[in-house]
Amino acid sequence: MGEMQTKEQLTPEDFLDPLEIPPIVKGAMADSKPYPAAPEHQEKLGFPGELVDDWHDRAIAKLGELASKYRGLRVYLDSCVKCGACTDKCHYFLGTGDPNNMPVARQDLLRQVWRRHYTFAGKYFPWLVGAKDLTEELLDEWYSYFHQCSQCRRCSVYCPYGIDTAEVSMAAREIMDTIGKGQKYCNEIIGKVHTVGNNLGLQAKALKATLEELEEEIEDDTGVSVRLPLDEKGAEIMLVTPSADFFAEPHIDGLIGYAKVFHQAGASWTISSHASEAANFGMFIGSYENMRKMALRIREAALDLGVKRIIFGECGHAWRAAYSFLNTLAGPFDFLDQNYPIPQHICEYTYDLIQRGVLKFDKSRNDHIRLTFHDSCNVARASRMGDMPGGQFEIPRAILRAVCNHFYDMAPETIREATFCCGGGGGLLTDELMDVRTKGAQPRIRALKEVIEEHGVTHMAAICAICKTQFAKIFPAYGIPMDTIVSVHQMVSNAIILDGEVRDDDDDDAEDDES
Amino acid sequence: MGAYVLNGVEIPHDEEGYITDLGNWSKELAVLIAKDENIEMTDEHWEVVNFLREYYEEYQIAPAIRVLVKAIKKSLGKEKGNNKYLYELFPYGPAKQACKIAGLPKPTGCV
Repeated sequence: MGEMQTKEQLTPEDFLDPLEIPPIVKGAMADSKPYPAAPEHQEKLGFPGELVDDWHDRAIAKLGELASKYRGLRVYLDSCVKCGACTDKCHYFLGTGDPNNMPVARQDLLRQVWRRHYTFAGKYFPWLVGAKDLTEELLDEWYSYFHQCSQCRRCSVYCPYGIDTAEVSMAAREIMDTIGKGQKYCNEIIGKVHTVGNNLGLQAKALKATLEELEEEIEDDTGVSVRLPLDEKGAEIMLVTPSADFFAEPHIDGLIGYAKVFHQAGASWTISSHASEAANFGMFIGSYENMRKMALRIREAALDLGVKRIIFGECGHAWRAAYSFLNTLAGPFDFLDQNYPIPQHICEYTYDLIQRGVLKFDKSRNDHIRLTFHDSCNVARASRMGDMPGGQFEIPRAILRAVCNHFYDMAPETIREATFCCGGGGGLLTDELMDVRTKGAQPRIRALKEVIEEHGVTHMAAICAICKTQFAKIFPAYGIPMDTIVSVHQMVSNAIILDGEVRDDDDDDAEDDES
Repeated sequence: MGAYVLNGVEIPHDEEGYITDLGNWSKELAVLIAKDENIEMTDEHWEVVNFLREYYEEYQIAPAIRVLVKAIKKSLGKEKGNNKYLYELFPYGPAKQACKIAGLPKPTGCV
């Protein structure tokens, strides 16, 4: 199927309830597996190159170690009462019908081994309590199904005990890495961050060239010289953004948006080539050491450049890693200006400027767009923005409403804290997992199609690099044009009025430019 | 992992068909990889592949889509200098598919 097809006729199947429970198909996704990490990818991260001979004993020992180190994990392993509240909450279950994608079943893949080795009943009467030995077959199931969890935490919202499957799946991946059974996509990328500074492997010279191209483009479009500075010592703000913002569409339009906002605010800012990545895939594989090593690059860059503030660009899990963990991983940040949030989200920054009337917009420049907003899972359920509860939901929407006249939310049971994952989060954004990614996107797609039908929605904005790439890739399979997905700051970029700008396409608005 | 076979010589590639030793690339190999991807190489395809290789030589990475589009606009004209046209040439995405044919590593990350 071509990626650029136009919108097809919608079929009745497209209007099923996003929460529709599918028929159960046992083992439907048993063959879905990511490519294994090569020995060189493993070893760079401090893991064995391949499956070690005593993998069983090492796995059991690691499980015990993690459960004693992370109290949350211990509680999650012990407290499930099989109430069933989570069973229909996972987008991968709703999209595939595979019962192992019910969160309780996914957790049980690990929990049954926990019971066998670390509970009294499981040690002596395993058949009574669903305790099981870790066999090679079960290990393969771990590899398959813990890579069908995007760690989006939707299930945990509905669990009466708050059991967080994301933590369970991170632990399972950490155990697998420890015995030499790692996943190529995440581990190759983490290695690149350790050596080059970003997921892409984009070196300073290439980054500089890309930023210069973008400066040229903005000047061509607006007549205004907007800078995208790199490694400028003494800048006040360091922007840490996903490297996809330097490479992919529509991410790069978001980056252009941040640059215009900084410019119009008169801010002194810079990007760092040393910390040219906001993403931290160490979280996806549950590896504290790797996460810390990557977070420390941000600290080193901030100290080296002498900045006073750190602002994060549009990246979902990066904001979780930054908002929830940056201070413990790489703090204290006592050298930064304490009058600002440490770290701050670009949406908080832009929202504040809007509130203070610093930015001027011509909303009519987005009049060809009827917009909705996809809450990214890690922002929605694992972080916050601003100083009020729910700020992570309100602030991006307030920005979008300030720059676009037509905004429509999707069904309430599919947004905000109940949002559905895009289907590509948690380290699954790799081509060999396209089948599970496409199926897992289904609940979100159905909710989107409802607003397309009801309100004529043409675009969906997001603040996560993974979401943007995932939707651009899988939309065509659902008959939706790939450029339906946009960056939040792309919308800002379209509408923002820069001082002294010259636009050849909207003469009618010329007087606005004088204001 | 497998290999392309060109004139009786095996050229290894990774799980996804990206050649593992960039030094093994040749125009003939590009045609072979393209065939595997159901792409018949035309002058326009070569324009993209050649630009990618030149860029890679300078920067050790594939260019941003935006940069590629601009370059193609310069060389092939305005009506071809857009993302849509590049997807017509390389339906699985100009970055990944064209890189594979150009013998460059796959762009990694959230792209």
